[in-house]
Amino acid sequence: MKPRPFDYARPDTVEEAVALLAEYGDDARVLAGGQSLIAMLNLRLIDPAVLVDIAQIAELDAIRDRGNIIEIGAAVTQNKVMARPGFAQKLPLLAAALPFVGHFQTRNKGTVCGSVAHADPSSEIPLALALCGGAVVLRSKRGERVLAAEAFQKDMLTTARAPDELVTAVRFPVIEGKGMAFDEVARRHGDFAIIAVAAIADARGSAQIGVSGMAGRPLLRSINGDAATAISAWADELEGFDDLHASAALRRDLLRNLGPRVVAEAIRCAA
Amino acid sequence: MRRINKDQRARIALTLNGRKLSADAEPRTLLCDFLRQGLGATGTHVGCEHGICGACTVLIDGVAVRSCLTLAVQAEGREVKTVESLAAPDGALNPLQTAFRANHALQCGFCTPGILMSFTDYLARNSKPTGAEIREVLSGHLCRCTGYAGIVKAVEEVASISAPAKAGEGDHA
Repeated sequence: MKPRPFDYARPDTVEEAVALLAEYGDDARVLAGGQSLIAMLNLRLIDPAVLVDIAQIAELDAIRDRGNIIEIGAAVTQNKVMARPGFAQKLPLLAAALPFVGHFQTRNKGTVCGSVAHADPSSEIPLALALCGGAVVLRSKRGERVLAAEAFQKDMLTTARAPDELVTAVRFPVIEGKGMAFDEVARRHGDFAIIAVAAIADARGSAQIGVSGMAGRPLLRSINGDAATAISAWADELEGFDDLHASAALRRDLLRNLGPRVVAEAIRCAA
Repeated sequence: MRRINKDQRARIALTLNGRKLSADAEPRTLLCDFLRQGLGATGTHVGCEHGICGACTVLIDGVAVRSCLTLAVQAEGREVKTVESLAAPDGALNPLQTAFRANHALQCGFCTPGILMSFTDYLARNSKPTGAEIREVLSGHLCRCTGYAGIVKAVEEVASISAPAKAGEGDHA
């Protein structure tokens, strides 16, 4: 299908963008890569009054290496991050997650921040950001605030962003001395994951594990000792949900099977 | 700041296959429809209209993207390349197209323009892809005729005979 009519605005600066968001609030949608947004417009799942296109704001198209933090601006595409020299050494978890995000063709346009702001419950980047202890930078006419990723994503497609706020960047901490791994189960490569699992571990086997696709947002857990037992107990606690792709029981089963493998891989990387 | 109201048809100018062209479009006009209906370039095919099938893939500033997930106005002032750019003016097919024909990499041909444009971008970045890399790029396309084996073979063939990739092609080289 084709989108319903909407106004289009392409501000040149962040100030102009946040002024538009202050004016339109909930009636505006921010367009960056558009790889989720334009699909939703075409399917008429959403009906915004105005699109605020931030993709060409130069200030937002930057990756800033601050030593222990890498800040990725809101106009930076997923493939631009993947192609950055040395990126996989600095952010191995994001590097492991990005190849699962859509396809080569959608990563050419899809942004890292857009994926976080869209907050799909099964998506990879919000999971990696939350597990790393990353943060989301929000700007409005009222000023700037920085929210922990865990506090940002509230539920399916629902975040703590106020209607007048623009996600200007996400911040990934550089984690040293630990191993990281990521894997997921999807019907086909590039499809939405049924579940995705990420882990950060030290060589002694102490791990942080995260899962998406079990609830409206990524869920995190600390694990000490036998990973299979701990993850199995965790899967029992989690409800999961049924949809067209998988039953709640299958999701729990996938977590029981995939979880220990991802933790073992993270421990192997740490050693 | 560029602003267009929803009931307004604005002049959108871009470079299509080396020619500067323009036509009127609403803000909601998708790039694929703008190319076909506004500019008359019907080589780009429109399939699923939500970014799954890949038939509408074109290059914007050298980078393969879904033209159904791109608004016409987003391509304003940019360089767009479609399947029409591949063959020589006399109709002679380029090496990728020739390999597709030689390896039965198409049957009905509906998905082919998008697949050709994806690999035009990808091979410019990685001139010697592995079979797995070719399959991963191809996973962004749906073909209901070929079973994909011929397409993989065609790309492998063109990669094996091609010169090394030109450095600096696109901004992801």
